[in-house]
Amino acid sequence: MGIWFSLVALAALTLLGLIGANVPGLNYVFAVIIPYIAITVFIVGIIVRIVIWARSPVPFRIPTTGGQQKSLSFIKQNRLDNPSSYLGVLGRMALEVLFFRSLFRNTKAELKEGPNLTYGANKWLWLFSLAFHWSFLIIFLRHFRFFTQPIPFFVPYLQEIDGFFQIWVPIIYITDCVIVAALSYLFFRRVFDSKIRYISLPSDYFPLLLISGIAITGILMRYFFKTDLVAVKELMLGILSFSPSVHAVGLSSWFYLHLFFVCSLLIYFPMSKLVHLTGIFMSPTRNLANTNRMVRHVNPWIDELKMKPHTYEEYEDEFRTVMKGAGMPLDKEESHVS
Amino acid sequence: MSLKMKPEELAQTISYKPPKKHWIDNPVEYKKGTYNYGGNPESLKYVHQPNPRKWQPYDEDWKLPENWKEIILEGFRERIDKFRSLKLFMDICVRCGACADKCHFFIGSGDPKNMPVLRAELLRAVYRKEFTLAGKLMAGMAGATELTFDVLKEWFYYFYQCTQCRRCSVFCPYGIDTAEITFLARELMNLIGVNIDWVMTPVSNCHRTGNHLGIQPHGFKDSIEFAADDLEDLTGIRVETPINKKGAEILFVIPSADYFGEPHYFTLLGYMALFHEIGLDFTFSSFASEGGNFGSFVSHELMKALNAKIYAEAKRLKVKWIIGGECGHMWRVLHQYMDTLNGPADFLEVPKSPITGTVFENTRSTKMVHITEFTADLIKNNKIKLDKSRNNHWNATFHDSCNPARAMGLFEEPRYILENVLNNFTEMPDNTIREQTFCCGSGAGLGTEENFEMRMRGGFPRANAVKYVAENNGVNLLTCICAIDKATLPPLLQYWVPGVEVAGIHELVGNALVMKGEKERMTDLRNNPLPRKEVL
Repeated sequence: MGIWFSLVALAALTLLGLIGANVPGLNYVFAVIIPYIAITVFIVGIIVRIVIWARSPVPFRIPTTGGQQKSLSFIKQNRLDNPSSYLGVLGRMALEVLFFRSLFRNTKAELKEGPNLTYGANKWLWLFSLAFHWSFLIIFLRHFRFFTQPIPFFVPYLQEIDGFFQIWVPIIYITDCVIVAALSYLFFRRVFDSKIRYISLPSDYFPLLLISGIAITGILMRYFFKTDLVAVKELMLGILSFSPSVHAVGLSSWFYLHLFFVCSLLIYFPMSKLVHLTGIFMSPTRNLANTNRMVRHVNPWIDELKMKPHTYEEYEDEFRTVMKGAGMPLDKEESHVS
Repeated sequence: MSLKMKPEELAQTISYKPPKKHWIDNPVEYKKGTYNYGGNPESLKYVHQPNPRKWQPYDEDWKLPENWKEIILEGFRERIDKFRSLKLFMDICVRCGACADKCHFFIGSGDPKNMPVLRAELLRAVYRKEFTLAGKLMAGMAGATELTFDVLKEWFYYFYQCTQCRRCSVFCPYGIDTAEITFLARELMNLIGVNIDWVMTPVSNCHRTGNHLGIQPHGFKDSIEFAADDLEDLTGIRVETPINKKGAEILFVIPSADYFGEPHYFTLLGYMALFHEIGLDFTFSSFASEGGNFGSFVSHELMKALNAKIYAEAKRLKVKWIIGGECGHMWRVLHQYMDTLNGPADFLEVPKSPITGTVFENTRSTKMVHITEFTADLIKNNKIKLDKSRNNHWNATFHDSCNPARAMGLFEEPRYILENVLNNFTEMPDNTIREQTFCCGSGAGLGTEENFEMRMRGGFPRANAVKYVAENNGVNLLTCICAIDKATLPPLLQYWVPGVEVAGIHELVGNALVMKGEKERMTDLRNNPLPRKEVL
């Protein structure tokens, strides 16, 4: 059900994008107004989301420890999987964010005759997720040649590395191929792995389809249906310098579609699971050092837990007779009930 | 305790193929042997918990308060504002499925709602409906559902089918911690009196008598002295039994099962023999006679109230610092919660071993040392004499208990001790130990008779790894440092791997410990004849 829902949603977006491209009066709306709205929604949305998270305190320090703790001097601590310093946490987070450390641990449990359970390494999800995220990042950075003048120093390097194989004209970017492959894997995994299909919601298929839409329109424009890059850059620079103008000439439907998909993604982003982009940095099981017994963690609302503990005095009052009988030390010899 | 189904038959019922119908439209079915009984009203009353009444999960009518939905939703809102973890974990899951087959309950049952992701989705679906724009506007797209009685029944079933072991959280790319989600879901249900008796009655007992079993002070004293009698029979040495002794250097806190259950009891003998041998100035407390904290299985408030007695007793007895015995969830609370809940412990001193002089810098704020940290340090400094051969009848492996593993990282201390008290040791396969260890299947309050089938299912991955080393390496002893393990692993192994026994680390320490002036030991601490010594 989720797949169809998402496909229909994507089809609707495609139709809208094409209308925007081909109905003359709407060009300005789709090339200028919607991008402004999208960028605003994205930035404000992400900030609001972070503020909402940050407003809730971290009441307890609950790191998940993935290695040996720091304890006795002769026992070697695992500083990355069980950090006890700021630097260690930084390392753990860097591994997590840049290389998906936890996902790298992934295994696949299988029940065999016997019965025997086995846990084989299963790195495909890790590999394709990493490939997807890195390609996306590099492609995004490459796009700076359309957003900025002069072109930032890193763009030519990225282009050169990304076009390392020097095949086809224009040169094929590795990331273009990788992102399509990775997106396909992530999508078809959801469709064909019955467990994953079972847990998937429309909101899981939709972003994959939408990003595929962005990637495919981009690739088509680069390799097959050329669009006027000068016009594109003029438009983007105009938008970013708050003096937008649209030269309708040369801006193909493919471009309108590409841009509209990007805008849709930006708008969808803050209200969806895609906020894991910023959420990961705030995850208390990963971003806290396991210094639990070294440094006291303060909970701002701890006094709201009002239940009064049973005191020793109450305990002794209740059990004084038997305690006395058993010859146990008492704080008060008799209870003087007045 | 028994289960009619044989292990092979049970394994055949496991299928990882999910049903066709979407989970949101698939209401829960309460199957005998897979859930726990409701909390006893008397126990709830004693600790002033809401809605005490007689009820059972299989009843049509759970006798909920009229406005139960409002209570839960209000409680939900309050906790979103109080716990960043909850808010974040509700928002950022991408349902990648990496956690799916990491849960022992999923592996052992095949029930898709035991995939950690779906367990959390049970809560998320309501969260999205009530607290997010997308869920309000497009329930279908966002996977949002209304809170109904059917949803509540699902919550109760599945949040009491999670042992808060945190294995999934190791594999989650965002560190989403199902233990935290389960904790808060149980707390929400507790607001309307939906909880289980095996948690609530121990909580109530513990509040009153200081321990889960409800053992009164004289009973505690009897148990400890009984242990000293047993040790005297075994070693010819009378060890000290200090209880509530003011001015002792160290307060020693253990889980109550140690002085009431088997095989825990042999671990207690081990501690007592060790402390005598090194001349430790310590005391038990009959009031802080429980290190475990079943409050942590139901609400932060109860956890705090029950935990308070440890520092309170440390203060009253004027000790310098505290040692804690072998127990899993007890150490989750002591390590990650106690200082925040009931600290600062500024009336105590930074723990320093009076025997070796080692300062336990890692405990400088909480002032509580794990017994395996303490003992490993003794061994390293050659302060005790150990005869490994007294454990020659054991070929042991080590089960990392969930909480010391994934909420502390206590891996090498127990292994170092084992290395020094034992000749035959084999590790279980890599994916089943250390941070990837599998739960006993009965933690977090689920170790009941009525839940027996689910326990055997949940413990299957652990038992299966034990079976592997039993068959391939001749392992006959599973060691661990958790009281719930010691209670629930024996029936689990009896079901899946008959012939393998369960012991605490300090039982083996007690066996190997050569005590000054002891008589020749004829048996180990559990009265097994010792392996014949080779005649020189």
